[in-house]
Amino acid sequence: MTTTTAAADPAATAPAPPEPRRRRRLTPGRVIAWIVMIVILVVTLFPFYWMLRTALSSNTALATDPTSLLPVGFSAGGFERVFGLQSVEEAVAQGGSGASINFWRYLLNSVIVATTITVVQTFSCAMAAYAFSRLRWKGRDTVFLIFLGAMMIPQIFTLLPNFILIKNLHLVDTLVGIMLPTLFISPFAIFFLRQFFNNISREVEEAALIDGASKVRVFFTLILPMAGAPMATLALLTYMTAWNEYFWALMVSYTDSSRVLTVALAVFRAQSPQSGTDWAGLMAATLVAAAPMLILFAVFAKRIVNSIGFSGIK
Amino acid sequence: MSTTAPPRPAAAAPPRRRRRDDTRLALLFILPASIGLLVFLVWPLLTGLYYSFTEYAILTPPQWVGLENYRTLLADPVFWTSLRVTVVYVLINIGVQTVAALLIAVLMQRLTQSTWLRSLVLAPYLVSNVVAAIVFLWLLDSQLGIVNLALQGLGVDPISFWANESWVIPTIALVNVWRHMGYTALLLFAGLQSIPEQLYEAARTEGAGELAMFRRITLPLLRPILALVLIMTIIGSFQVFDTVSVTTQGGPADASKVLQMYIYENAFAQYEFGYASALSVALLLILMVITFAQYWLSRAGQSDLD
Repeated sequence: MTTTTAAADPAATAPAPPEPRRRRRLTPGRVIAWIVMIVILVVTLFPFYWMLRTALSSNTALATDPTSLLPVGFSAGGFERVFGLQSVEEAVAQGGSGASINFWRYLLNSVIVATTITVVQTFSCAMAAYAFSRLRWKGRDTVFLIFLGAMMIPQIFTLLPNFILIKNLHLVDTLVGIMLPTLFISPFAIFFLRQFFNNISREVEEAALIDGASKVRVFFTLILPMAGAPMATLALLTYMTAWNEYFWALMVSYTDSSRVLTVALAVFRAQSPQSGTDWAGLMAATLVAAAPMLILFAVFAKRIVNSIGFSGIK
Repeated sequence: MSTTAPPRPAAAAPPRRRRRDDTRLALLFILPASIGLLVFLVWPLLTGLYYSFTEYAILTPPQWVGLENYRTLLADPVFWTSLRVTVVYVLINIGVQTVAALLIAVLMQRLTQSTWLRSLVLAPYLVSNVVAAIVFLWLLDSQLGIVNLALQGLGVDPISFWANESWVIPTIALVNVWRHMGYTALLLFAGLQSIPEQLYEAARTEGAGELAMFRRITLPLLRPILALVLIMTIIGSFQVFDTVSVTTQGGPADASKVLQMYIYENAFAQYEFGYASALSVALLLILMVITFAQYWLSRAGQSDLD
């Protein structure tokens, strides 16, 4: 790859820049570029601010003063309704539906589902990736290809048959039923980890083997710790996916016992009282539902952002 | 990717211990993942195909009906409506999203490497589709939504984004652009990083402007990655469901009834699992055709690059 592409433009329709090498100088072009970037950021971030502003407002004030950029009729009532801290009369008086929402339960369900899937799936996929990367056995590459092929199956196609399967196993409306299909496998995760295992130096491993360590031990005490960073990245992405899953959870869960946050939010939104939607409560609920991801992101932003590249193609 | 390659040559060194063959251990190690693969990916693929040839109301066992479901499907006006709605959605969603993501990626490449900025751009991707849908339900509310109030301030009549047949699909498409454009931009940004800076330096000495550089350097060199990202985002886009389910449920008057919504309705409102499965097969076929076509096109386009 050479500079031929660039050299192809000798006509130079645009006026030549005054100095050949402008390093981070504020030219009019850069100013415009920054303005565009800032507009994009405002569009990106404004909805988050509006969530917060609405959640801290009261429904009556929202109706009379909808354009104020600050919270109107400042109130924590929305959050109180979400966490069930208000009596039914109070909630109805403030524009809520009065229906009980068992928010802590949904939060707990979401945490259980996302955590279990993340831990089990990452571990199970790491084991498989190790077998595909470091162990010698007949048919290894063929089996790996089959796993890779599974990456091509779109989720939509497995949803209905999986629902019937879960139903036949009598696991509908249970957390296990929600977790099971993605509990043990993500073909992408195996592919992703195998790449990293392939790159770990063989010498350390060989040395340990000579010292008499078994391959199982090598896996647990050498390979896993050395692949800590990619495993953590993968775990974060898996957690996010599991936390945000809606369609499958909607199919499988019907009652509070297995309802996760995404489904609960949709139900909360559908329960709007006759008097009009309880926007303050709804925004408080979305904010609380999104908060764990946003906190996780604030802590691991750098890792997540830098992990999104070609390996991030799911 | 060699599939039948023998174990890597690194192992050519004399065997140090008796462990040459790890078959038993390997089988143990792939056991959990294999169970997941066979039970929840391969088996559903087969049974899904089978159900599409049956009449299956879930309470009674499936009855083989041959091609009946597919005949119904071809004559079903709602299927064609939902296919059209889905395609329009994908065109708007992918069109706007790709342009926006490319703009963001190029701006970041030319302006700053800041991780901070990249994190902010990615933020919408972290919330679920459900959260995004509900927030925009509020922002775009026809009476109290801030967007309509702002439009009113500019003298524009309020738009009922969610209840107007011609607005509803663009609205849903743009909500999902909001959630995904940052993520797509970061994928493209990573691709841009592999373009050597010297190319731009050289172009500048030749007196090329930003637009010329974008057209002649960035775009051609980014093309293979752009193609990959497009395949991925289009496949994702065809599977839209969450936003529709939370906001309009397919209304008004089927104007936002995307394929997935129609499949869901058939399965869980009509209990027509056989027909719903046939619809899924149709969607799967569409996705396969698109993937192959794009793969082929991007391959064909690649050769004249070098």
